[in-house]
Amino acid sequence: MRRSLCAVLLLAAGAAAQTKGTANLTGNADNGKRLFLKNACYQCHGLAGQGGLAGARLAQTKLAQAAFVAYVRNPAPGGMPPYRAKVMSDQELADVWAFIKTLPEPPAVASVPIP
Amino acid sequence: MPQSSKRPVGRRGFLKGATAGAAAIVAQTSVAMAQQAGTTVAAAAASTAPPAIEVSSNSRPGSDFMVDVIKSLGIEYCAANPGSSFRGLHESIITYGGNVNPELLTCTHEESSAAMAHGYAKIEGKPMMIMAHGTVGLQHASMAIYNCYADRVPMIVVLGNILDINYRRGSAEWYHSVQDAAAMVRDYIKWDDTPISLGHFAESLVRGYNIAMTPPLEPVVIVADGELQEQPIKEKSPRIPKLVASAPPQGDSGAVAEAAKLLLSAENPVIVTARLARTPKGIDLLVELAELLQARVHDQRMRMNFPSAHPLYARPNYDPLAPNISDADVVLALEAQELWSLTHRMTPLNRFGMETQSTLKPGAKVISISAIELNHKSNYQDFGRYVEVDLKITGDAEATLPALIEQVKHQMTADRRRAIQERGAKTAAANRQLHEHIREAAAVAWDASPISTARLTAEVWAQVKNEDWSLVSNDRYPSYWPTRLWNFSKHYQYIGAQGAAGIGYGAPAAVGAALANRKHGRLTINIQPDGDLNYAPGVLWTAAHHQIPLLTIMHNNRAYHQERMYVQMMGNRLDRGIDRSDIGTALKDPNIDYAMMAKTYGMYGEGPITDPKDLAPAIRGGIERVKKGEPALIDVVTQPR
Repeated sequence: MRRSLCAVLLLAAGAAAQTKGTANLTGNADNGKRLFLKNACYQCHGLAGQGGLAGARLAQTKLAQAAFVAYVRNPAPGGMPPYRAKVMSDQELADVWAFIKTLPEPPAVASVPIP
Repeated sequence: MPQSSKRPVGRRGFLKGATAGAAAIVAQTSVAMAQQAGTTVAAAAASTAPPAIEVSSNSRPGSDFMVDVIKSLGIEYCAANPGSSFRGLHESIITYGGNVNPELLTCTHEESSAAMAHGYAKIEGKPMMIMAHGTVGLQHASMAIYNCYADRVPMIVVLGNILDINYRRGSAEWYHSVQDAAAMVRDYIKWDDTPISLGHFAESLVRGYNIAMTPPLEPVVIVADGELQEQPIKEKSPRIPKLVASAPPQGDSGAVAEAAKLLLSAENPVIVTARLARTPKGIDLLVELAELLQARVHDQRMRMNFPSAHPLYARPNYDPLAPNISDADVVLALEAQELWSLTHRMTPLNRFGMETQSTLKPGAKVISISAIELNHKSNYQDFGRYVEVDLKITGDAEATLPALIEQVKHQMTADRRRAIQERGAKTAAANRQLHEHIREAAAVAWDASPISTARLTAEVWAQVKNEDWSLVSNDRYPSYWPTRLWNFSKHYQYIGAQGAAGIGYGAPAAVGAALANRKHGRLTINIQPDGDLNYAPGVLWTAAHHQIPLLTIMHNNRAYHQERMYVQMMGNRLDRGIDRSDIGTALKDPNIDYAMMAKTYGMYGEGPITDPKDLAPAIRGGIERVKKGEPALIDVVTQPR
């Protein structure tokens, strides 16, 4: 699992490098939330970005906006499908990223009844 | 069958005769009126006059003897939606048989009957019986029978049918009659017969029971002919043969020794299993083998195979948080499910084309032990893709494990033992680390609404962990959180999934499993997907009517979510957006009120619960009702997975 996570991050970093020059866009978190639902990101990643069997956790992502956009455009083979600008523009992805960054930190594990 | 205009009738025949007599009075009046009009109609009416009937209320019908046979097998329950083609057997069960062993369970759909039997057998380890019309009833039941077959679970299906045209009364009995009743399901049952005498029925039911209970365990069908059921017993002392259980088939001893040699020479052997533990003994044997080898156990979660808190437990193989088997140099597959998919990667559904690639490391050996080769069928493709294993042992894995364990002990050297212990220590350390990672993941979205499946699972666990509990639902839908977080150790604490992935299994199988758990006093829990419940929700009434204690907690994501993701993947392939993927897959507008549904069917219902803070008191309230011996349903609005 850890190996695959590392691979995802490396790919993301690589993808970010390829899109060097793309300026950071100002994201609109409210619109991002709307797009997150409309474009069904939640179906794999969960309504709170918690991840699941089919999609990675997005809440508290360490990816910068450029790396996030690059990964969505060109994800690791075998998992998430690519989303082209035809489906979601860079601005819309920036909005989604802004929404993801608003997702709350989870409580400390010791503070909740998790066995 | 010889024709006679003078047929002796039993109690039922008497009632039928009385009805026919009343009809004849009406007919005679009509005939008198017709005679005034002319002779042609009168002559026609005379030719259709009912034959003389003989009333013999002291005769025992054949169905009484059939009940004797059923009782001889210790069958506890018979689930049925009532049907005229087995009315004789129905009446004999509830009167002659005293409605005990078997007790008749009233079902509102034949699919519920079959799925209840499916769930019951996985807890109780023996088959339940269902009855259905040989035509329309079996058509309703067939998907659930296929699930049972694919899940290698025994079930006794008794079909009513009237083979002799002389005994078919009216059009309904023609629609309900068929030349070869079992033909419809013969592709996914293990055996069937259509007995033509009571002695034949006895022999076939006893034989069928034995076949169903010999690995691979699967359903059988026996046709109970309507005339045989309803006519007096004519045979002189038909006998009931003794049931002798077959010893399960074991793998070849030479091949088992070779398997032990491969496992002991491996640097990193792993064990994969789906349905190893037919019985509680299977868990003990797998623990012993895994500990001897210090091998990780990858669980396909079709049965309770291995304790979830064991340091060698590698968790469900589809769980992205769990390790995969790509580091193994020897894979031991014990009653594994679709081994090919486990050892290969395919182009994902959201991309065009198809490329496959082995996920095993070069030179890795695969050993398979399974009884499924003993009952391959052709039409339905549940057997999966052919796998080029290195050693294939045909035999029941649970029955073969004692010999394999003995061989491993026999061939073990001191050097190997030392190396194996070092491997075990590393695996245990990795497992502890994984558990902490899982706990952290469970905390994400802790306060979210809709409620996360991790929170739901953790809150249920907090309320049931000190009870003698049994989870009887597929834990893949809530993203394996029960397996990730709960401490599963006993055989009845988990029963796997549908078998053939046929939806509509969940609710009735849970009711059947709860029925089996009832006499053991266990707290039965069902985390119930909403889409599944809507196939045949009348099973909630069956649970209420028969006072079957079952805590149902709705995993209400208001969608057929798996299918929604498939539609999404099709949209992804075509690069035209997925914002319409809820069309045809969502269960909203209006939302379904499951608490009200439960109340409508006569059971306790609470919800919908959307605030996670309300979960714990609601679950406690549900458990209180269940402990009183009744079913309860808590509707929880959840995240998709």
